[in-house]
Amino acid sequence: MNDLLLTGLLILIKLGMVLAVLLSMAAYLVLAERKILGRMQRRYGPNRVGFGGMLQPLADLIKLLTKEDFIPAQADKWLFMLAPGLAAVTALLAFAVVPFAPPLEIFGRQLPMVVCDLNVGILYFFGLSSLAVYGVALGGWASNSKYALLGALRAMGQMLSYELAMGLSIVPVILMARSFSLTEIVQAQASAPFALCNPVAFGIFFISALAESKRTPFDLPEAENELVAGYHTEYSGMRFGLFFVGEYLNLVVLGAIITSLFLGGWHGPFLPPIIWFLGKVLAVAFVFIWIRGTLPRLRYDQLMAFGWKILVPLALVNLLVTGGVLLWLGGAS
Amino acid sequence: MASLLFYLLAATALLATLLCITRRSPVHAVIFLINAFFALALMFYLLGAPLIAAWEVIVYAGAIMVLFLFVIMTLDLSPDSQRPALSRGQWAPVLLLFLLLLVSAGLILTFDPASQASVPLFYASPRSFGAALFDRYGLAVEIVSFQLLFAAVGAYYLGRRRKARQAEESS
Amino acid sequence: MNLWRDIKGTFQPFWVTLRYLFKRPVTISYPEQKRTPPPRYRARMILTRDPEGEERCVACHLCSAACPVDCISMQAAEREDGRRQAAWFRINFARCIYCGLCAEACPTMAIQMSPEYELGNRDPLKLVWEKEDLLVDHGGKDPNYHFYRHSGIGVAAPRGGNDDELPPVNIKTNLP
Ligand code: SF4
Ligand code: SF4
Repeated sequence: MNDLLLTGLLILIKLGMVLAVLLSMAAYLVLAERKILGRMQRRYGPNRVGFGGMLQPLADLIKLLTKEDFIPAQADKWLFMLAPGLAAVTALLAFAVVPFAPPLEIFGRQLPMVVCDLNVGILYFFGLSSLAVYGVALGGWASNSKYALLGALRAMGQMLSYELAMGLSIVPVILMARSFSLTEIVQAQASAPFALCNPVAFGIFFISALAESKRTPFDLPEAENELVAGYHTEYSGMRFGLFFVGEYLNLVVLGAIITSLFLGGWHGPFLPPIIWFLGKVLAVAFVFIWIRGTLPRLRYDQLMAFGWKILVPLALVNLLVTGGVLLWLGGAS
Repeated sequence: MASLLFYLLAATALLATLLCITRRSPVHAVIFLINAFFALALMFYLLGAPLIAAWEVIVYAGAIMVLFLFVIMTLDLSPDSQRPALSRGQWAPVLLLFLLLLVSAGLILTFDPASQASVPLFYASPRSFGAALFDRYGLAVEIVSFQLLFAAVGAYYLGRRRKARQAEESS
Repeated sequence: MNLWRDIKGTFQPFWVTLRYLFKRPVTISYPEQKRTPPPRYRARMILTRDPEGEERCVACHLCSAACPVDCISMQAAEREDGRRQAAWFRINFARCIYCGLCAEACPTMAIQMSPEYELGNRDPLKLVWEKEDLLVDHGGKDPNYHFYRHSGIGVAAPRGGNDDELPPVNIKTNLP
């Protein structure tokens, strides 16, 4: 009985820590993004609240919480209220399968450093990322505004197209690791990260991840120049905040997924595994921000042409080649 | 515990499907359908088929329903509040199918004692699932994939021809 | 070689942004650091005085007519010696767009723009400035200009007595 209690307590502590780290990382990524973009454009970025702007996320939170939560008169009320939550929750849930460190020996028992080690973990992540589009689509539709609707339509088309390339670029990883479980995929990369073994798949996955998270150069669903703010035009207060949090949670989660699929997860010399993992996630997030600071937005037909005419065929050929090479290697051994 | 979950999920799926076919707004209908797919996926998971559960979510809820939603949103099907949901003539096939369902369910439950036994619980890991799919049902998989290929080529051909004709007209 | 150019065009910017990340920002932290605007900077208006220390404004309403947002209002009055002045003169800086048309319209160079730009205020009513607030005791951009020394009614000098002025035409006779 006592044993069970201790296990439960450990799991609870783990969950709490994961949630706290994830949310604070998302909050501080907002600040980091604003700061880094500012410096890239030779500005300071936010530096008023707290030391060097360190309390800016808190100030933003207070602002968002105290703003009026406005629902447009003709909006579909229930869907309008539901959509932002959907956007945030899908991003949050997707982290559940990401292993962030090797299992920990504590009080004589093994505590796996992952919220839930599903044996179809990668498919679980993939399913949630394909569900993430609903938050955007329903939010845009329910707002009953043409800008929001156009943003939602764009988001749906874009995410549907890039999901294909994303899925096809995951398959080589599964082939190489011979498992769907993210823990086993990470363990398979003990000698060399898959980004080195299969750089093409890495590139395709990275680009599709950018498109899935609706970040520049693929941020057409919220293109400010023509759609005001895209799907969240009509949102205000904390509902907008949830969309926002969802977006940055997505950034963290995609960083974590890229880390575990291609960059070798927690593996790394000298430093403790958790540091390696966090460092890699932050590095990926920095590259995302860097790309945002550098590249302009694509046109919609360019986006679609790039997705269907370049990424998908490339991913298919890559899958074929990887399969062939693996068969050849397997046959030799 | 598992059976309780199963009944809960089954009830959810049935209810969601029922709500889906009675909604006037097509977007709401799609949302309830997604709900039903979710319940189904969880049921698959409960029955020991995590792979199928994942595919159910990814393919049906994640891709096909998004396409449905996309088409509905571009068509702007506003709910028509004047029109009754179904005219009397349209009710007939619904009733007929419902009766058929009822009768067959009754027949199965009364005449086949084997179906009353609970489903043997086994666990289909992705590996064994793949092995079964490509070893035992390899031919079927190949046929289906060829059909998909035909469909893809056909769609490509249709899209292609229209473009050529447009170019002809404009020249 | 288009492809090569495209690839280069995609990846070169990354180097640029990375370099800029470590450069000093060109912006300044405003309330702590302040820029000195150039002397001809067009911020809030002042009412200047002529070299003799009198108010230059003759309450001709030209500035208020020129103002595109109608934020200048005044009441004309006359002193005992016949010199015109504004009884009150009011600029609503909450509406002013700092276009400078008033300063251009003014025939006496009374209203001028000054480089003082820090007008921020939480109460819009505090942005309505009266003549007393606007008046300064210098001549602004052209300290030597004196309207009544060039034209106008005989206040500073008898009519036609200024150097660049002809004596007034006698309209009662047509003899040369
Ligand atoms: S600067 Fe322009 S807006 Fe302001 S008072 Fe003068 S004329 Fe009016
Ligand atoms: S400020 Fe100049 S333009 Fe305005 S009333 Fe006075 S003299 Fe006339």
